[in-house]
Parts: sequence; C-alpha cells; structure tokens
Amino acid sequence: MIQEVGTTEQGELVINLGPQHPSTHGVLHLVITLSGETIKKVEPHLGYIHRSIEKMCESLSYRQFIYVTSRMDYLSSHINNHGCALCVEKGMQIEVPARAKVIRVLMDELTRLASHQLWWGAMAMDVGALTPFFHAFREREAINDIMEETCGARLTMNYMVPGGVMADLHPDFPKKVKEFIRFFRTKIDEYDELVTGNVIFKSRMEGIGYLSAESAVSFGCTGPTARGSGVSCDIRKLYPYEVYGQLQFEEVTATGGDCFARYMVRMQEMRQSLSIIEQLIDNIPEGEFQAKTKAVLKLPKGEFYSRVETARGEFGVYIISEGGTTPYRIKFRSPGFSNLSALDHMARGYKIGDLVAIMGTLDLVIPDIDR
Amino acid sequence: MLSIENITHSIDAWLNSLFNPTVVLLVESLIVGLCVISLFAVLGLVLVLMERKVSAYMQIRLGPNRVGPGGSLQTVADTLKLAMKEGLTPDGADKFLFNLAPFVVIVVAMMILAPVAFAKGLQIWDLNIGVLYITAVSSLSVIGILMAGWASNNKYSLLGAMRSGAQIVSYELSAGISVISIVVLTGSLRIQDIIASQQDGWWLFKGHIPALLSFVIFIIAVTAETNRAPFDLAEAESELTAGFHTEYSGMKFALFFLAEYVNIFIVCAIAATLYLGGWMPLHIGHWAGFNRVMDYIPSSLWFMGKTFFLIFVIMWFRWTFPRLRIDQLLNLEWKYLLPISMVNLLLMTLIAIEGWYF
Repeated sequence: MIQEVGTTEQGELVINLGPQHPSTHGVLHLVITLSGETIKKVEPHLGYIHRSIEKMCESLSYRQFIYVTSRMDYLSSHINNHGCALCVEKGMQIEVPARAKVIRVLMDELTRLASHQLWWGAMAMDVGALTPFFHAFREREAINDIMEETCGARLTMNYMVPGGVMADLHPDFPKKVKEFIRFFRTKIDEYDELVTGNVIFKSRMEGIGYLSAESAVSFGCTGPTARGSGVSCDIRKLYPYEVYGQLQFEEVTATGGDCFARYMVRMQEMRQSLSIIEQLIDNIPEGEFQAKTKAVLKLPKGEFYSRVETARGEFGVYIISEGGTTPYRIKFRSPGFSNLSALDHMARGYKIGDLVAIMGTLDLVIPDIDR
Repeated sequence: MLSIENITHSIDAWLNSLFNPTVVLLVESLIVGLCVISLFAVLGLVLVLMERKVSAYMQIRLGPNRVGPGGSLQTVADTLKLAMKEGLTPDGADKFLFNLAPFVVIVVAMMILAPVAFAKGLQIWDLNIGVLYITAVSSLSVIGILMAGWASNNKYSLLGAMRSGAQIVSYELSAGISVISIVVLTGSLRIQDIIASQQDGWWLFKGHIPALLSFVIFIIAVTAETNRAPFDLAEAESELTAGFHTEYSGMKFALFFLAEYVNIFIVCAIAATLYLGGWMPLHIGHWAGFNRVMDYIPSSLWFMGKTFFLIFVIMWFRWTFPRLRIDQLLNLEWKYLLPISMVNLLLMTLIAIEGWYF
C-alpha cells in the first residue's frame, strides 16, 4: 500500500539524511523512517547532481563524449573512459595495439587501487575513526602523481581514446610504479593493523547489513557489493577484455554477505590489483600506443554494448547508432545506482550508525548514480 | 622550595592585615572566581590547540602553524571569530531553554573544579566529601545536554541528546564504583586525605591488580561520560552531523566546546588525583635520595604533568578508535564494565580490610 508522503505511524520519526550530510559523501538525500534508533525504511531521493550526461552525449561526437564520462564516477574515470572507448572500438572494429592494451590495464588497476584507498579512508571515517582517511590520502597521492605525469590530470583523466591511449607513457612510469608498489605493500599491512583487526571496527561491521546472494542478484548489485555475498560477477574474469584473459589473478569473493565481507573483498582486491600491476609493469610491449583511426569516427547503424569492471562494479555502455557522427542514444549502466537500490533492503532493522556503515561498504559515488 | 602554598598564604595574610574577616572572605571569593574563569579560558585555549596538534601529528599533518609562533595563537583567533558570529536561535526552538543550556553545561564544569587540588595548598574548597561532590555534580551536565537537544527543535539534536542521556547515566555507575574502590582504600572522601595517603606510592601501584583494573575502568567510563571518541555518540559526526549542538552557533557553541575540553581536564585531574597521587611526587619506598630529588620538582608541575599525560591518552583514543554503536555502548557498560567493577570493588574491600596493599 502506498503511504501518503509525510505520514507516519505512532512513535515513528522521519529524518532527512542529506542532501548535505557528512557521511553521504555527496548530495545523496535519504529519507529515513525511524522507530527510536532503529531503521524502518530508507528512501533515497536522487537528482541533486543530475547533469543529464546521457542526453549531452547525444550531441557530442564519438571522440568527445568520452570526456563527459570522466565526470560520472570520478574515482574510476580511467575505467569509465575505457568502457566507452571499448564500445566505440567494437562498433568501428578498430584493432587496438598491444602496447595500448597493456597501458590501459595498468591504468585501470592503478585507478582501482586509488579508488579503494579512498573508500578505505572514507569507510573508517564513517564508523568514526578519522585518522585512516589521512593515511589513505597519503598513498592515493602517490598514484595521483604517477597519473599526472602520464595523463596530465589527477582526477578526470580523459586518457583513453578510441583506438588506444592519448599519449605514450612517461619514461619514469615503470620506475615510479615499482616504487609505489614497494611502498604500498608495507602500507596495506598497516591498514590491516590499524583498522581491520580493531575490535570496535569488527563489531561495527560483522553481521551488519546482510545481503543474501539472491537479493544481490535481484537488485542488480555488482562489484565488491555482490562479491561480498558470494556472487561471482567480476567482468575481468567472466568476459575478459584487453589482456585480462592472460593474467594470473583471482576473483575475490566472500560468503558473509555482511559489511565485513564487503570490506574484506575490497581489501583483497587491492592486493590482487597490486599483483596484476606487478605482472605487467615489466612486460609492456613496444610499439604504437594508438591505432590509426579516421579523423571523424562514424559508427555503423546498429546497437553496441560493452562492459568493464570499475572499482564499484559493472559499468556498461550501450550505444545506438544511426550511422552518424554522434550517437542516436546512449545509456550507461552505472554500478552505483543498482547498488544503492539495495540499501533499503540491507538497512531495515539496523541502527542509524549501521546505516552509515552500510553506505560506506556500498562505496557510493553520487555523480555516478545521478549522471 | 618553590610552592604555590606560600603565595596563597601570603596573600591571605596580607588581606587579613588590611580588612576585617568578612570582607577578606568576599575578596578572596572574587579572586578565586576570576581565577577559575581565567583558568577556563586558558585551559580551553591550550587543550584545543593540544588536540589539534596531537591529531595533526597522528594524521601526518602539521596542524595549525600560521597564527603566532608555531600556531600557538590559533585558538585565540578562532575564539575571536566565534565571539563575533551571530548566535542564531532556530525557529520553533524553546528560546529560554535553548539559551540556558550552554550556561548549565559550563556552570556545572566550573563547579566540579572546586575540590580539585592543583598543587600543594592550591585548592579552592577542600570539603570533606570532595569525591562524592565531584561524582554528584558531574552528573548534572546531562541536564544541560538534554535541554540543548530538546530545545533545539531539531531531530538530530534530539537523537544526540537522548543518546547522551543514556550514555552518561549508565557510565556514571562504573565511574562512581571505581572512585569508591579508592575511597575504600583511603577511608576518606576528602581530596587532601586521598592525596596524603599516596605519600609513599601511588594507589595505581600500591593497590595491586584491582587498582589497575579500576583505573582502566575509570578511564573508559570518564571517556564515555565526557562524550569523547570512541564514545562520542552524542555528537557522532558521521551519523548526526553534530548531535546535540547542531543548532548552536557563535559563542553558545563555543561554550559547549569549552565545557567539553574543561570536562576532559577535570576527569583527567580526578584520575590523576585518585590513582596517580595528584600533586604528590613519585616516591619509591625507602629510597630517601631518590625521593628527595623528586621533591625538588614543584608539586604543580607533577599535577599538570600527570593530568596532561592522561589527557593525551584520551586524545590518543579519539584519533585511533572507530566509534561504538549505541547498543554496543550500553552493552559494554551494563554487561561488562559494571559487573567487573562491582567484583573489583569487593576484591578491593578485601585488600583494604586485610591491609594487603603496600
């Protein structure tokens, strides 16, 4: 039965968490119905940062629209760009040079690391520990510096273009990345010591925000959110793109389905990303970094879809082309939106403090949800 | 030997030579009042700066370093800024209670200062039920917090105040029982007697494991009572934005802030008095030479050193631990701390009766 807006049963309290709130990490607005401190219902209200990116893309050429996608999930901008470039390449049947493929995977994994680092800091901050945030930013800074040298940007990279990457790697790139790996391998152990093993942290995470494998699938959750419930959904493993098929890495899954399982999945993913980078950094093939393409790209008439694994889950790009220089219609399948839809299901019956922890483990990026 | 006792005595003698005893009492009360207020101001400035510096070094930052040498005047600048800000009262708020709440909190904090012995002979009011007075008055601050939360007409404030009420009322119990376990050993509620009983060793070392246990419980309980992380549920930034003082601005907010820091100072001072000998220097059994050297360090320095060490520990907690959830917080108190401290009190009584302490 649909309840009239603003009405509550006896003893219920409705509070607005957001759109300006320290722990929604952006302009997410949650309308929470509480009974005491216990959550009865969570209703996300979206649209505060809607920029109509999909519509904008319809008037931009196939080279231009990729730049807009950096502004969606700004923490995985490389991977968003990558997904769009893959889709255009699929339509145009462009063969990407081997060097570009490896560079793309390296950048993707560095982005995943940077994103998970930020998530780790924010996650700890959500459950009340403020210090890890600064530690996480110290390590993220190293990645940003590496990115800046090669891509010229630190957040919205716009480095992947149809046919390869925009520029060749900076000569210092392999050296710096190796330094970073050595540095970060010690720091990730520190992360575990400072936060993972903490009694209070564990008691805040274990058994909280349970999401069963069935619900994870039915809500369309992907990425670490679904893998924490034991659903195997890593696009890098299931539908390998670029060189992922030839790499040795494991898809991290956990069976707990609670906040701690999702937390551990991301922590393990950081180690997996490190190992992927280690495998590739000494084996970057020589050659072109970008395939020869026409000045004006035109996709043939038809529908094209590509999917990549961002730090938050499956990112899908769906292009309908009428054969022109701009897409007829574009649809992005962003992981954050589907993951957020499970929030109500996960948070019911828990306390307000738990809601913040659950949101932390969903790793929401609001511009990715609103687009 | 440098002692503040001599100074206070000479002031007293000088005033007595000028006026009759009633006027002397009035003048002395006035001086003490002014001293307390200026102590408040100084403590606020020092502790806020200390917190910011401690947190900065734990977070690989430098902290405030622009205003004054090494950032030492940062809090002065902040206070000036807050003093100049408009004190907003939200629509629908109960204006009287809303404006009264910060004063209740700050007055309570001032009142607790009365029996604290800052140094040898420097104590405002050495009343014979000092410890009882402290535990009684410190529980009044919850009224101010509930007032603030209720009068703000804000749901976050209300939730924060209710949390705080539940928290302070629960944690008072184990804090009180920890205090009693020292009272059992000394046989007196007077602060000076408690300090004097630690002449040849602090209770923390003399009272075997029960004293250590009650010290740990006391520190946990007072951290919760002052609403500090990991028990800062009343203001829980990531959940309730700022909890009970969400709607406060300007000087009214500053008063809450000041009261928080002064409360930390007071509870650490009490912990130092009960367990670490207050202003009493570190004395070890019959090492006469060592004890004499220790006596040369002024008693005020001993007191401040111990207190600030404990304050540092409490700040260390805040910048390391995640926050507990409200039900975990209450479980911790009612299921663990309270039973443990009760059993501990029995053990302590046994030790006191049998005279097993050193």
